[in-house]
Amino acid sequence: MILKALFNFLIFPGFLFMVLFGLFLTWIDRKVTARIQWRKGPPIYQPYADALKLLLKETLVPNGAPKFLFLFSPLLGLVGVIIAGVILLSSQFSFTGDLIVIIYLFALPPIAIIIGGSSSKNPLSAVGASREMTLYFGYELPFLLALLVPVIKSGSIKISQILLYQENFGPILYSLSGVLAFIIALFSVQAKLGFVPFDIPEAEQEIMAGPLLEYSGVSLLFFKLMRAALLFLLPIFLIILFWGGIKTPWVILKFLFILVLLILLKNTNPRLRIDQALKFFWIILGLLGVVAVILAFNRL
Amino acid sequence: MKDLRVWGLKKSPWVFHVAAASCNNCDIEILDVLTPRFDVERFGIVLVGSPRHADALLVTGVLNRKSLPRVLRVYEQTPKPCLVIAVGTCACDCHMFKDSYNVVGPYDRHLPVDVYIPGCPPKPEAIIAGVVKALSKL
Repeated sequence: MILKALFNFLIFPGFLFMVLFGLFLTWIDRKVTARIQWRKGPPIYQPYADALKLLLKETLVPNGAPKFLFLFSPLLGLVGVIIAGVILLSSQFSFTGDLIVIIYLFALPPIAIIIGGSSSKNPLSAVGASREMTLYFGYELPFLLALLVPVIKSGSIKISQILLYQENFGPILYSLSGVLAFIIALFSVQAKLGFVPFDIPEAEQEIMAGPLLEYSGVSLLFFKLMRAALLFLLPIFLIILFWGGIKTPWVILKFLFILVLLILLKNTNPRLRIDQALKFFWIILGLLGVVAVILAFNRL
Repeated sequence: MKDLRVWGLKKSPWVFHVAAASCNNCDIEILDVLTPRFDVERFGIVLVGSPRHADALLVTGVLNRKSLPRVLRVYEQTPKPCLVIAVGTCACDCHMFKDSYNVVGPYDRHLPVDVYIPGCPPKPEAIIAGVVKALSKL
């Protein structure tokens, strides 16, 4: 029993699988980006070479930074994502918990970035951390409103009940409120991944790498792996909640569709300012979310 | 273990651009190298914004009294192993500024330089060739 749990957390569908597959997805991201810019793009082993190099490099801690917090925060983010992933991927079979656990676990990566950025003792990292905090408050409100739609429709906060509802009455996406909620959730996922219109915390041209500025070697690798695992998990999360679960083979096409949509959004948009992003999330998407929730109450 | 480290470094050299008092000509040529036309991401080369992430430092410009401590500091901030690539004639041997009162000499007097890429400025092709030589030397 313990062995099985360990296997689940460390190998499949836990750490090893999620990280290796997530790195492959970052290769897809880079390759599609390259093709959009009429380039050839990196070879398929590129993300693995990056990971291996970071693993074997020196890890530096800035002078005067709190060592424990600085090195602990990347681990916190990665572990949060892995636990969320194990719960989500086994939700089809055994897990009977509810959505709130997942929401809290998905809050861990931004918290890790905020702690890491603030403990870096670098002014640019501090600016990045404060932007990450603002952005998190921005996208979390419409994201929660969007998640309310499947909850209202299925009448339960349990993931297994939501999946059961979709098996009986068809995916939640195929309704008016479902479409609205899906679009809102898609934008929030874009911001959760730190992709371009919302990469404000890491804005390369202004504050270099933001909260990740002082990280090197293994600690930087952990943040990269966290991002890679999120790139795998968040589309899966959307499919489970809105598009009928991950049991059928169609899930591969659905997954690729969401992934390529995210990458296209990333490559065709300029970065927003932090106040513009906040207005976009709270006013436009927030109002849309309220409309979606009202529609869901009226069974539309 | 050492082979793995060398392979990783060879296949994904992230570069940080240290512009130490250059006339910006070499800097512009370096930016040219990173455009989609030359597509150095094929070889895993990515421009990063922080020396903490870097595996190779591209140093340009003639080293003077003001810029020397900054360049040394950036070198210390870079996690090892890292390469130092001197781009442009100024960085290699101070060019026509070698007798100036403010110049403290070429980079290899203060840092372990791995590759010299001469030219005023060097062509993007020359920069790519230099980086490839540096990587095959590892």
